[in-house]
Amino acid sequence: MELTAGVTTELSGAEITMRCLAEEGVEFMFGYPGGAVLPLYDEIFKQEKVKHILVRHEQAAVHAADAYARSTEKVGVVLVTSGPGVTNAVTGIATAYMDSIPVVIISGQVPTHAIGQDAFQEVDAVGVTRPCVKHNFLVKDIKDLAVTMKKAFYLAATGRPGPVLVDIPKDVQTAKTNFFYPQSVSMRSYNPVVKGHSGQIRKALNLLLEAKRPMIYTGGGVVLGNAAPELLQLVHTLGFPCTNTLMGLGGYPATDPQFVGMLGMHGTYEANMAMQNCDVLLAIGARFDDRVIGNPKHFFQEERRIIHVDIDPSSISKRVRVDVPIVGDVREVLQEMNRQLAAGKERPDPVAVKTWWDQIGEWRGRDCLKYDRNSKIIKPQSVVEKLYELTKDMDMYVTSDVGQHQMWAAQFYKFNKPRRWINSGGLGTMGVGLPYALGVQLAHPEATVACVTGEASIQMCIQELSTAKQYRLPVKIVNLNNRYMGMVRQWQEFFHGNRYAESYMDALPDFVKLTESYGHVGMRIDKPEDVEPALREAFSRKNDLVFMDFITDQTENVFPMVPGGKGLSEMILV
Amino acid sequence: MENEPGALSRVAGLFSARGYNIESLTVAPTEDPSLSRMTVVTSGSDDVIEQITKQLNKLIDIVKVVDLSDGDHIERELMLVKVRASGKDREEMKRMADIFRGRILDVTDKAYTIELTGTGAKLDAFLGALEQGAILETVRTGASGIGRGERILKV
Repeated sequence: MELTAGVTTELSGAEITMRCLAEEGVEFMFGYPGGAVLPLYDEIFKQEKVKHILVRHEQAAVHAADAYARSTEKVGVVLVTSGPGVTNAVTGIATAYMDSIPVVIISGQVPTHAIGQDAFQEVDAVGVTRPCVKHNFLVKDIKDLAVTMKKAFYLAATGRPGPVLVDIPKDVQTAKTNFFYPQSVSMRSYNPVVKGHSGQIRKALNLLLEAKRPMIYTGGGVVLGNAAPELLQLVHTLGFPCTNTLMGLGGYPATDPQFVGMLGMHGTYEANMAMQNCDVLLAIGARFDDRVIGNPKHFFQEERRIIHVDIDPSSISKRVRVDVPIVGDVREVLQEMNRQLAAGKERPDPVAVKTWWDQIGEWRGRDCLKYDRNSKIIKPQSVVEKLYELTKDMDMYVTSDVGQHQMWAAQFYKFNKPRRWINSGGLGTMGVGLPYALGVQLAHPEATVACVTGEASIQMCIQELSTAKQYRLPVKIVNLNNRYMGMVRQWQEFFHGNRYAESYMDALPDFVKLTESYGHVGMRIDKPEDVEPALREAFSRKNDLVFMDFITDQTENVFPMVPGGKGLSEMILV
Repeated sequence: MENEPGALSRVAGLFSARGYNIESLTVAPTEDPSLSRMTVVTSGSDDVIEQITKQLNKLIDIVKVVDLSDGDHIERELMLVKVRASGKDREEMKRMADIFRGRILDVTDKAYTIELTGTGAKLDAFLGALEQGAILETVRTGASGIGRGERILKV
């Protein structure tokens, strides 16, 4: 790199790091101080551009930054210290990695001369995080720092996004050099394809136009690729059914009549049946994972043709053979599809598509999400349904943890816009819900943020109630408390002969008192008739964090269910 | 691949994390010191090889991946073998080394150290041809490969 002549002052590595963050337009960084990052914290103290959010555990720092990124189109930023700071962050990093979320994690490291000496709070951060980052760097020379920061942001946000870790030894933070931040960076080994191959797109359209039983299946790629309007246009032009994965919810409006619900292990009957029986499948920004298509051998259909659009070539033909692969940015590819469709006169065969919709209508008639609405015990589904009814017109974001409550939230809350549903899809990390809600609320201070969780998940990051108090983040926690690790209990009931090994949550805290001790508002609701008033009360408290502890039916299960290793059409229904 | 610290562990880690075989792996800097070239010998179905290629390409440090077995290529591996060479075996060992175009690099009154270059199969054949008890020690580099003719891998 060449520096243009001029007066430049020497800055320390810590100052350079903060200047790089300011250059990247970083609003918030989530972190926790420690010995190896003290020079950096000193610089945080001296500046005002980047606001530091102090979490109570490094895992939550990464989750909050991850949710900040999911709910905006920006890169989340984390700062942790060496050793345990990094290892605590690993769960958060892996969560972001599995869902392709752009996060830059800056970690302190022991001084370069101490690396490898088993120094206090030393861990091989690059080695520990290697399998769960898009890329990582150890900056050994202050001269490489600024360009490494640029690369980190570039890598995190482009192509298939993902977390990037920059490990900065303490002596590099205090060393000095001239600061120069490059406008852009190019890497010979990294050139993600953006534009889809137009011949392949033509081929795909021809297949779609000839389809008798078409299906459009979209994932997190549509959300992350900001392609929701283009998807809506395509689906409406073609008149085909559309399903979303758990990660893809909100990518297509859930209240649109062409939406057949989520698919997969706990997907709707109609979505899974249409997926299994279609003759042409268009997959967009999705990866055919085991929770979505079940067993690939069972999913396979000789006559079905599959078109797969994805920015990551390695996602294509990984679990299922694809007939028409299209590598590219989903938005660009969908725009090109819409252009080619608009330019031509061909449209799908209306008779065939009508017959197909009739079939889907029949499947819909199965009413696969039904549950006992007259129960004397609170049904968890009813809480989510009520939550949806009361908040659907608000500027609303919903986060969740992992388990039954997550599936009910996905099934019963209708997301019409992308980036509104924030959950850990790939890694399935219990404990994300509360830190996710905090990250979202910081990004959208005027919006309403609800965290649908369970009494097991919420305890995995419960300490963040303190962070919420410090920064006055009035998130609404909807705790579906069934005194069980519900999803574990469900699997034990179905597949392990009702032996509920260690899945009962004994010695639960009084969540109302617990919440109050952090300075928030707590409510306990145990009668169905109190659900709606409680929700109304909670959401009317604009400035308070409210913890609603709903005592729900202990034996309720999530239906439909495709048992692990089974095929999509082998659902267990209510 | 970029000649960066950690690049090798990214490749090795990818193979173990995704359950791919590594039969051998060789790596060294090229004439351009910023680049290293690695030859990996692996096995799997066409689908698996396609995934390995894609996953390798996804690594940020990897600049280019080619499947040498897609076309004609040359493959060479170097082996050093220490063999017992005393008494009546001594003459026989020398002859075997000559037949396989090996070179004797080091001689003591009890042993020869033989250098042999060739495909993995040739090296296996040499070891197979020796009386097993005569082999004292072997060390192999793993295969390096290059395309035949005009076919070049250049960045």
